[in-house]
Amino acid sequence: MKFTLLGGLAATAVVLATLPAAAQNRDQIRIVGSSTVFPYTQAVSEQFSNATGMRAPVVESTGTGGGMQAFCAGVGPATADITGASRPMTQSEWTLCQQNGVTNVTEALIGYDGLSIAVSRANSAPLDLTKAQLFQALAAEVEVNGQVVANPYNNWSDIDPSLPSTPITVFGPPPTSGTRDAFVELVMTPGCRSFAALDGLEAARRTEVCARMRQDGKFIEAGENDNLIVQRLNQDPNAFGIFGYSFLYENMDSLKPIAVEGVEPSADTIRDGSYGVSRPLFFYVKNAHRGVIPGLQEFVEFYMEEDAIGPDGYLSERGLVALPDDVRAADAAAVVAATPFTRYPG
Amino acid sequence: MTSPSDAAISAGIWSTPEAQASRRRRKRGDLVLQGLGIGAISLAVGLLGLLLVSLGYLGYRAFVQTMVTLDFPVSTERVDAANPAAGNYRLVIRDALVAQFPEVTSTGDLRDLNAILTNNAQFMVRDAVIADPSVIGGTIRLSLPASDQFDQLNKNNVPRDVPETQRRISDQQILWFDTLAERGAVSTPFNWGLIFNADSRFPELAGLAGAIVGTFYAILVCFLISFPVGIAAAIYLEEFAPRNRFTDIVEVNINNLAAVPSVVFGLLGLAVFLNFFGLPRSAPLVGGMVLALMTLPTMIIVTRAALKAVPPSIREAALGMGASKHQMILHHVLPLSMPGILTGTIIGLAHALGETAPLLLIGMNAFITSPPGGLLDASTTLPTQIFIWADSPERGFLARTAAGILVLLAFLVVMNALAIFLRQRLERRW
Repeated sequence: MKFTLLGGLAATAVVLATLPAAAQNRDQIRIVGSSTVFPYTQAVSEQFSNATGMRAPVVESTGTGGGMQAFCAGVGPATADITGASRPMTQSEWTLCQQNGVTNVTEALIGYDGLSIAVSRANSAPLDLTKAQLFQALAAEVEVNGQVVANPYNNWSDIDPSLPSTPITVFGPPPTSGTRDAFVELVMTPGCRSFAALDGLEAARRTEVCARMRQDGKFIEAGENDNLIVQRLNQDPNAFGIFGYSFLYENMDSLKPIAVEGVEPSADTIRDGSYGVSRPLFFYVKNAHRGVIPGLQEFVEFYMEEDAIGPDGYLSERGLVALPDDVRAADAAAVVAATPFTRYPG
Repeated sequence: MTSPSDAAISAGIWSTPEAQASRRRRKRGDLVLQGLGIGAISLAVGLLGLLLVSLGYLGYRAFVQTMVTLDFPVSTERVDAANPAAGNYRLVIRDALVAQFPEVTSTGDLRDLNAILTNNAQFMVRDAVIADPSVIGGTIRLSLPASDQFDQLNKNNVPRDVPETQRRISDQQILWFDTLAERGAVSTPFNWGLIFNADSRFPELAGLAGAIVGTFYAILVCFLISFPVGIAAAIYLEEFAPRNRFTDIVEVNINNLAAVPSVVFGLLGLAVFLNFFGLPRSAPLVGGMVLALMTLPTMIIVTRAALKAVPPSIREAALGMGASKHQMILHHVLPLSMPGILTGTIIGLAHALGETAPLLLIGMNAFITSPPGGLLDASTTLPTQIFIWADSPERGFLARTAAGILVLLAFLVVMNALAIFLRQRLERRW
């Protein structure tokens, strides 16, 4: 037993001695970022490794905000090379990047993702909602007779008699999610500003009213797991769910989309812009790492290939909606050439 | 001996109506208590059964995989014998499928036909040809996984009676697949890929190999740290430490640490191991170190209990024979308490095996398509792999998630059985 103990201690000592040399070099690309971009990056990563024989990048789903924090933490092998984002980098994130020496970044637009609102196929009522109606159903405060009041609506028919008289139950993403940011920006805010009394509010107050979701149990934050939302919808035919188009696309047999402003989400309506609830997807590359981390430049080129992000590429099979042809070609060329990001001055 | 008269008297005393009523009341009390106990056990067993049945129902489909067996014509026109790696294997696959359905010619139809096989089929044929270049110019017969949609169709998980627009696959594709099945090209063998493949974006190819290897490394590191450190700490506290205020404080703190939520250890690991020491993210080494921090208090408590269970007579006899204190501990007390320590260690490691929260914080929930080659390679563990799959949109991952949980449960059962075995076989009673 003495030897067991000493052997164990010796092994521990060996393990601890290997620690410091760990982070010096890296032969694998590290990718963080949005959970919406995650499945696409996964697919490219696997394809890249299979096709080139290089090591597959390590892809981590951290959410857009978490990814930016990790990406902008600095330059060097301990930091991520690429971050996925379901919205453009914000001014404050860019400032953070610059403070930490990450001054040369390329923004790559890879395509569009539609935000879909869906119900179970068991729900037979024809559904077409406007952004204003969605705002009235989901906001914490709404306009009634020109007054800003706490949301009084319990049934869809309370908002508009033509809507079904079923209780409002909507499962949606939590505030930490890029999907939620996009939903607020694309649906809630335009819906909110279509009401004169709300549009007339002083700017800070208006932002608050437009973005705040109701918390009386009608809007249910279902966590980052979109599969859970899909299962809940199958159990309750009257419940609505808000999630990325790729989840609707995978579950077309049990779920049906709800038209927003008269347009149902599909690859065509998202690409041509007629479906109003879609958002661009990006990834950001740290240019200081190109040529330093083995395979990074090749991986970026591989990501921007027509086989990947084109309309017939393997990412479209996963639900990504391709950019228009001319935009895509110009974008791919700029990304491969490491054109720096210039959205914000200085 | 009780005389008949005594019996008559006592029968008289105990058979009064009051005594009988009191006896009935007490018996009823026994029954109620017993009933509550049985009820509690049935509830626990019932819930466990429900969990297992629902997991089995969801997960059994992932233990078999739909395979399509075809002859792939590896013509010299597609693959150059001098450089087989650079061949156009997409077209090899297409040739094999067109040989089955010569009537298919349009590009769109060809693409739909290609979708029957997994997306990575071209790489699998490539690897098979590289392994055996003699097939170039001839044909090679391979069983390749069907893509997820067709796997689900074959497992009756895709409704055939709904309109085409509500499915990912068209009526024509179903017809092709059924024709292949009639020709005997479709089989559903046991899904070894679930155990031997690493993670993949495609459910039909995704497996647990990376997670199992990563878990092994993390648990190994956890054991190598927490076992010796736990024993050393317990020996000091039990055999050497004086009883005073300081050791009391240490003891209370160890007991408190054992109850700290595991996510706190994850945050500690993130701050200390990753940010301060600069260790790589997602590495099983860091995972094991975090898990060791988490299991250490439990290990110390268990080891102290095992040491305490060794009777003082053993210690006194050893010291009486002139053994020094370290001889007494290392030669006598520690070997005798080892079965108890090992049992506790295995239960502590089983706990670490199922832990997810601290590993999420140090990035062990990444997507990695190859098993880790060492302690510093990025990897996942079984629970974090289940976490990733549970969040994936493809239908096939639903069954994969449940199957992953069943595999994790199997590991836990084996470890706990080992602990029970050690306790039954090796433990000494005094």
